[in-house]
Amino acid sequence: MASIEVHKTFPPMTRETLALYAGASGDSNPVHLDAETARRAGFPDIFAQGMLVMAYMGRAVTDKFPIDRLRRFSTRFLAVTQLGDELTCRGTASEPRDEDGERRVTIELAMTDQHGEIKLAGSAVVAL
Amino acid sequence: MSAARLEALKGHVFAPVTALVDERRLRLFNRAIGEAEPPTTAGDAEGRVPVPPTYLFCLEMLDAENPFAFVEEIGVEITQILHAGQDFTYHAPVHVGDRLHFTARLADVFHRKRGQLTFLVQEIEVANQHGCKVADIVRTLVLQHESLAA
Repeated sequence: MASIEVHKTFPPMTRETLALYAGASGDSNPVHLDAETARRAGFPDIFAQGMLVMAYMGRAVTDKFPIDRLRRFSTRFLAVTQLGDELTCRGTASEPRDEDGERRVTIELAMTDQHGEIKLAGSAVVAL
Repeated sequence: MSAARLEALKGHVFAPVTALVDERRLRLFNRAIGEAEPPTTAGDAEGRVPVPPTYLFCLEMLDAENPFAFVEEIGVEITQILHAGQDFTYHAPVHVGDRLHFTARLADVFHRKRGQLTFLVQEIEVANQHGCKVADIVRTLVLQHESLAA
């Protein structure tokens, strides 16, 4: 069986993207919206909500698998995604196994920027 | 809020939140994450529209009286924390029209880097209008010590 690969690229992160996500997600944390607040918190400028980047990672997975086949989805947030960053999500699935009465794979996922820095490292468990 | 005071709050149960999976709000969210195309925004065979994998995290904030209660209730300001990790375990599908109940507790508080970082681990159970548990969520937040008020 050919290995299952996940690969998806995303447009550059913009202020508009962050504002739209803040409104749609309820996460109005000002460090993602207001440059002055971000600077006071020790950042050069506003930066992407971690959950926006995780949502992108989720899209990379649901491009390949129906949402209702997803059993688990987890990430660690390793680095902040800055304005202008162009993200790519890559993932590779494990060999299928039997678990809870169904065939499942684990997909190890990484979200990297244009310099290859890993922003999020995650995994998804999917029922085939 | 000192690290010791936070540790004493281990086990704290947060005010529960009830949230509605609303079609128009979900459409806005899908647009915000760039997901405008089927299959994830189209209904299934019965016309039920599923939610994207991370949407449960947002719903709790969207319908909470105070979206930042999950930190402010334990004396931490939202701009002081960073998100360290997020974990969803899905038990049953969630669709537009569902009414979900979120029950969160501060499951763990621990320190790293010789006490410079304090991690807050929150466990959240999500049940639907039928009393069926649809998901377990673990949210891990990190506080840098120099940003802690004395």
